[in-house]
Amino acid sequence: EKSKESIFGKLSRAIVGKATVDEEVLDELEEILISSDVGVGTTVKIIERIEARVARDKYTSVNELDRILREEVAALLSESSSVGVTDSFETEHLPKPYVIMVVGVNGVGKTTTIGKLAHQFQHRGHKVVLGAADTFRAAAVAQLKLWGQRVGVLVIDHGMNTDPSAVAYDALKKGVEIGADVIIIDTAGRLHTKVNLMNELGKIKRVMQKVLPDAPHEVMLVLDGSTGQNAVIQAREFTKATEVTSLAVTKLDGTAKGGVVIGISDEFQIPVKYIGVGEKMDDLQVFNREEFVDSLFKK
Amino acid sequence: MFENLQDKLNTAFRTLKGKDRISDINVAATTKEVRRALVDADVNFKVAKDITDRIKDKAIDRKILISVEPGQMFVKIVQEELTELMGGKAESINIKGDPAVVLIAGLQGSGKTTFSGKLASMLKKQGRSVLLTACDVYRPAAIEQLKVLGEQIGVEVYAEPDNKNAVDIATNAMAYARKMGKKIVIVDTAGRLAVDEVMMQEVADIKAAVKPTEILFVVDSMTGQDAVNTAKTFNERLNFDGVVLTKLDGDARGGAALSIRQVVEKPIKFISTGEKMEALDAFYPDRMASRILGMGDVVSLVERA
Ligand SMILES: Nc1nc2c(ncn2[C@@H]2O[C@H](COP(=O)(O)OP(=O)(O)OP(=O)(O)O)[C@@H](O)[C@H]2O)c(=O)[nH]1
Ligand SMILES: Nc1nc2c(ncn2[C@@H]2O[C@H](COP(=O)(O)OP(=O)(O)OP(=O)(O)O)[C@@H](O)[C@H]2O)c(=O)[nH]1
Ligand SMILES: [Mg+2]
Ligand SMILES: [Mg+2]
Repeated sequence: EKSKESIFGKLSRAIVGKATVDEEVLDELEEILISSDVGVGTTVKIIERIEARVARDKYTSVNELDRILREEVAALLSESSSVGVTDSFETEHLPKPYVIMVVGVNGVGKTTTIGKLAHQFQHRGHKVVLGAADTFRAAAVAQLKLWGQRVGVLVIDHGMNTDPSAVAYDALKKGVEIGADVIIIDTAGRLHTKVNLMNELGKIKRVMQKVLPDAPHEVMLVLDGSTGQNAVIQAREFTKATEVTSLAVTKLDGTAKGGVVIGISDEFQIPVKYIGVGEKMDDLQVFNREEFVDSLFKK
Repeated sequence: MFENLQDKLNTAFRTLKGKDRISDINVAATTKEVRRALVDADVNFKVAKDITDRIKDKAIDRKILISVEPGQMFVKIVQEELTELMGGKAESINIKGDPAVVLIAGLQGSGKTTFSGKLASMLKKQGRSVLLTACDVYRPAAIEQLKVLGEQIGVEVYAEPDNKNAVDIATNAMAYARKMGKKIVIVDTAGRLAVDEVMMQEVADIKAAVKPTEILFVVDSMTGQDAVNTAKTFNERLNFDGVVLTKLDGDARGGAALSIRQVVEKPIKFISTGEKMEALDAFYPDRMASRILGMGDVVSLVERA
């Protein structure tokens, strides 16, 4: 297997003294980026940006090329927007209660991410309420309740096969009543191709707004880090249905690189806020662009 | 940027249109488009390279025999090649044994528990006595999830809620199945990453304990480039018999299916197409090839020619 050095060595040999990046370089770079799920479109975009930089700056060394490449990839990852969004696990600067609705396709890690988030907030002394609005998948309510017990936070549920909107409504009511800092609503996994299920998300939102007109303050789309190009379509469709404001990428403790989020973050201007790196309570990290980009170029 | 594979192939198509011979040059240009298209459908980068190299050779070989338009010929070659690579006919699972044991394994959230329920339901409908076994001792409410499904389909679930040793549970389930005269035991296991050595050892130990007649590796059809690494490692540890491809009711192209088939040379035996217990189908290589290519209409066009 090619090491990181040999790739950059090749890249620099191929680029030095040239205004454009030739086929060989393109293939090398394509291989690194594509095998991280970056996708053909975004890969071509990155290459074009590097070509432009090289033509303009007339870079000299391998290190510099390495730096340029990392910078260009990082630049595609959009920064958190100004909408009082939690970059950390602090809630002081947020509206109170701060309502997060968590959405995504089946099995990506929504419920687990909610458990981990609840732990982070709770751990910092913030009061948390969870809403078990996945009333569909077998034992989904039980799963969230176990997370609630594990973390020590209140879980509002109406049992299985009930109206998810009503659960969300009650979770907000209860949250307001007890002075919660953060309310997180779990939703059932749904494929973005299922129109009825996608519409249901809109309904859950509208019902929450009866309690708090500006809720949800955040709609978090959870993406499985091992998902390939379909994640782009997921981002597009969930954004259409619910105006997604943040991303969480899970299962990055495996060998998948999660490169597909680069194009997603760029195209939809949605920041990645958290990454999941395991199944335990503590396995949630605030997203760090530089570290993420570094991980792409690591074997 | 291309929207999808269909567009890419159409571009490839246009490259050739109007020429009555496939020359080396336009074949090379077209294969490159096809390669990118496959990659965009989540076929592994290296696998896509191998496949398109082969397609290129075939296209060049057959150039003299061409009687239809070269563009159509090319698409036909791609379609045929992918179908062949995906493996001939639908294959069944081995449920001979007393009891027969089907072990289910795969990454987190891929759809193992749901599939276990579906398979049990299918076998029950065929008149067999089935026992589901809950060996996921980690995920919160994993046992309850399987129990709910078991209840839905009317299949008994063996579980030991207070036992944290999955190997013991599996072993005890075998004894229970023999005692109760169950003919098939389906063992649902926890999701695990291929790099998690402790967990990979656990599933290898479960295999050693229950001696499955069939081991199925469950993969999410939305999986990207990493599918090959995962499949390779699971295969090295378990030597599984077949693959189950899930969540095909969505719009994922499912290129991972082709990658896995190429890298581990194991057949895809079932596809999962929904959350309900009935949403289980046999696998058809030609349909999957068309899906990956996103070219249903292109294929029928060629067939009419
Ligand atoms: N290794 C690893 N596993 C994870 C991570 N996040 C979640 N999981 C596992 O992925 C599986 C699915 O997680 P869930 O939280 O149930 O996913 P979900 O999106 O709520 O699923 P549905 O509600 O069924 O759509 C579980 O086995 C989790 O333990 C992660 O960051 N790393
Ligand atoms: N749309 C759709 N959803 C599916 C399919 N198969 C499973 N699911 C859903 O995917 C999610 C995960 O399925 P599970 O069966 O819990 O997956 P698992 O592999 O057992 O997960 P872990 O035990 O956590 O590793 C659930 O929401 C299922 O309902 C399918 O074919 N189509
Ligand atoms: Mg869930
Ligand atoms: Mg399971």
